[in-house]
Amino acid sequence: MSILGTRVLRTEDPKFLTTGGVYTEDVVDDRLAGAYYAFFVRSPLAHARVNSVDVSAALGAPGVVAAFTGAELADLPEIPPAAAGLMKVEMTERLLATDKVRFVGEPVAVVVTEHPYQGEDAVELVEVDYDPLPAVLGFNPDDTSLLFEAAGTNVAGNWGDPSQLKPDLFDGCEVVVSHTIVNQRLAPAPMETRAGAAAWGEDGRLTTWIPNQGAQGTRSGLAKLLDLEESQVRVITPDVGGAFGAKFGADPEHAVLAWVARSLDHPVRWTETRYENLIAMTHGRAQQHTVTIGGSRDGNVAAYRLEIVQDAGAYPKIGAILPFLTILMTTGPYDIPKAEAVAKVVVTNTTPIGAYRGAGRPEATAAIERAMDLFAAEIGVDPADVRRKNLLAPFTEPHQTAFGALYDTGDYVAALDKALAAAGYADLRAEQARRRATGDASQLGVGVASYVEITGMGDGEGTEPQENATVEVHPDGTATILTGTSPHGQGHATAWAMLASDELGIPVDKITLKWGDTDLIPEGGGTGGSRSLQQGGAAVQQASQELIEMARLRAAAQLEANAADLVFDKSRSAFAVAGDPDASVPLTQLAENERLLVRAVFSAPGATFPFGTHVAVVEVDTETGKATLRRVITVDDAGIVLNPLLAEGQRHGGIAQGAAQAFLEEVVYDADGNPLTTSLADYPFLSATEVPSFELADMATPTTYNPLGAKGIGEAGSIGATPAVQNAIIDAVAHLGVRHVDLPATSRRVWQAIQQAATAESGSEH
Amino acid sequence: MTRIALTVNGEKRSDEVEPRLLLVHYLREVLGLRAANVGCDTTSCGACTVLLDGKSVKSCTVLAVQAAGHDVITAEGLAPAGELHPVQAAFRQNHGLQCGFCTPGMVMATVGLLSENPHPTEEQAREALEGNLCRCTGYHNIIRAVLAAADASTEVSA
Repeated sequence: MSILGTRVLRTEDPKFLTTGGVYTEDVVDDRLAGAYYAFFVRSPLAHARVNSVDVSAALGAPGVVAAFTGAELADLPEIPPAAAGLMKVEMTERLLATDKVRFVGEPVAVVVTEHPYQGEDAVELVEVDYDPLPAVLGFNPDDTSLLFEAAGTNVAGNWGDPSQLKPDLFDGCEVVVSHTIVNQRLAPAPMETRAGAAAWGEDGRLTTWIPNQGAQGTRSGLAKLLDLEESQVRVITPDVGGAFGAKFGADPEHAVLAWVARSLDHPVRWTETRYENLIAMTHGRAQQHTVTIGGSRDGNVAAYRLEIVQDAGAYPKIGAILPFLTILMTTGPYDIPKAEAVAKVVVTNTTPIGAYRGAGRPEATAAIERAMDLFAAEIGVDPADVRRKNLLAPFTEPHQTAFGALYDTGDYVAALDKALAAAGYADLRAEQARRRATGDASQLGVGVASYVEITGMGDGEGTEPQENATVEVHPDGTATILTGTSPHGQGHATAWAMLASDELGIPVDKITLKWGDTDLIPEGGGTGGSRSLQQGGAAVQQASQELIEMARLRAAAQLEANAADLVFDKSRSAFAVAGDPDASVPLTQLAENERLLVRAVFSAPGATFPFGTHVAVVEVDTETGKATLRRVITVDDAGIVLNPLLAEGQRHGGIAQGAAQAFLEEVVYDADGNPLTTSLADYPFLSATEVPSFELADMATPTTYNPLGAKGIGEAGSIGATPAVQNAIIDAVAHLGVRHVDLPATSRRVWQAIQQAATAESGSEH
Repeated sequence: MTRIALTVNGEKRSDEVEPRLLLVHYLREVLGLRAANVGCDTTSCGACTVLLDGKSVKSCTVLAVQAAGHDVITAEGLAPAGELHPVQAAFRQNHGLQCGFCTPGMVMATVGLLSENPHPTEEQAREALEGNLCRCTGYHNIIRAVLAAADASTEVSA
């Protein structure tokens, strides 16, 4: 029986449970012996001119080895905005700010000390003379205060042309509903903050340890920041304590660390505090949506428009690209005859926006799922029925959307019906009706969200998504896999070993996975966008199969038999001559004479599109507005599942993060651009008491884009759960006249919405 | 500098430490026991949880000098090398960990919980672990692991 599809326990776990993972801060290495510690001086102001930076007092503090300002790094290239050609080229960033600071937390100087505590003391002694400027905030900033004077505007750029929106898009619709909604700014907040260690060899090469999601991309990014050749940089990835999209590539701090280590000719380490992490690691989401939806009174949606404003934060990084993904997924799983979407990207005096679990796709789903409920409420039809009426019919040949997405396979109505059945939807509605009739202070809300998302995208048009793997069988019966993916909790060591074991007949616990060292594995796409199994896993399977075929030829020569007459016996990991089991040779023996090793590159024809439906059940206390999440029931169809234990873990984590966005988490700034959520005491990071156990229903529609039939599962939970929970909270108080509550639907917001609806109601009676 | 003497994972230790040195930094930097992690600045995340005289504490909020004369157990010392304590085994069996950063603290908090309440309900388990944050698992499998570890201890003692 094949091991594939079974619940194999993680081989990674014993280490993490006992001596713990070896994260960047834990790395012990000769090259880092006696390393100094770097601490960053960060701007306390959202927007200011920098007149001077004086490190002289800090230099006299105990243990201080050196201190550097932006002026000393000014020879390094400025960092251009992302999406070059679309965003204003003048919106560039420096590794350490020189003339201006543009968000609280922007690095201004770096202090280097012998011991960690000394740096914390010494950064207080760096004197920076600032001239404060008005802070630019919000989704519709004017240009009276400019982040980048040379750009002449705070609008970084556009996706699509707003002048091309059709004024007659909603002509013929019996009902048109429009609403402006906020998809709030979130902190990725992985449990391990950012960190780094840098050492230069006598050969003039940099070796740097960075918690990241892809060493190869990090190497490329770091080389650009430092104006080096890629061959001069070696990135090593220790264990990574969570990333969620926010550890892709190299950050300015990593480049400064390398620069400092070279300047001092001495290794340097850095670990940021949680305070720094919450103000200076990229944030996620931060979009405003104006949704307009129109159709017939019986529930057929005829037209949909999505107008996006992306707050990119102080510098247009990945945040500037998120609207591309949101627009790509505008219509989600629905068959909407007319739809259009545009986006404007603005810069503000806030932490730059980057990728966060889902990166642009949760925003698209949140927008259309809210629009569907607004439309359903307006026509008085059950939101599940409206969805069923408008979902695309099942398809097995790719479906091309008006926004350029090519959905591979899908059966969206089946996912909806499965989720409703698992939830006991009719019973929930009956219970809701009962509570409404009695005027219970605890009202029941049921929220539905259907989604389709995109996973395993390539690097862009014209390039096929691909990943490489190397598999080697050793004479001692063990095997090693090298992968271009970069696990940080997903369990690749177990999953990739399962794939190799299934081909090679070598037990999972005898197979070692290596990743994340650019000298060992020069190419790779890393882990993100839910790409790893469908491309990295497929490459492992392909390499293993090619290894068996290579070994077959060697075995044939050794056994003096025809290769075609040989049977590979997985139970013995050996080739045998058909009909003569005694004439056999194991892989281990074949590996003794010559290395038994194959590198394979798997290419997929395109991205895949997992889909599903989430149902959330909440209770809302109508007297306080407090929502309590009672149940989350999900169908997440990501094709064929390799290891249900791991896939379920991905779903659980995603659901929790999605739910947290719906009713808890938000990065908040005051009117001057001061962040107010700068610790885990202030940022309402989801805890165990705020979520229930989750109810997962299974559905598996294979993709034909890889031999595993697998799509991505890493982000599904965070895509479906946010609108399901938000819709549930609004549904709980819909009978009181509430049509919308912005994210996060906190007690205060829900209470205010109830009061406003009551006021509107009593006003309309007079 | 102050000299402290204490027991860590059953071994007697004696060291000169700065009075402001946190217990977690003593464990990590002086003793090289790096399972306990630092995940915040505000005693919020629990990644540094260890047992102090059998009770779970956040070692970022205990000074090393305060631990003098006491008994500290970390994730490294829960079971003999190469073996898993029943709580550790339950976390593995139930996939109660992903990136692993919160895990040693989560395990120690669970050991502390079960020593005080050997048979918690799901709600009690969630309440008890409210001060231990995890970003990967959504807590679902952590709670399953805690309840499974409680069941396992019943089977052993029965």
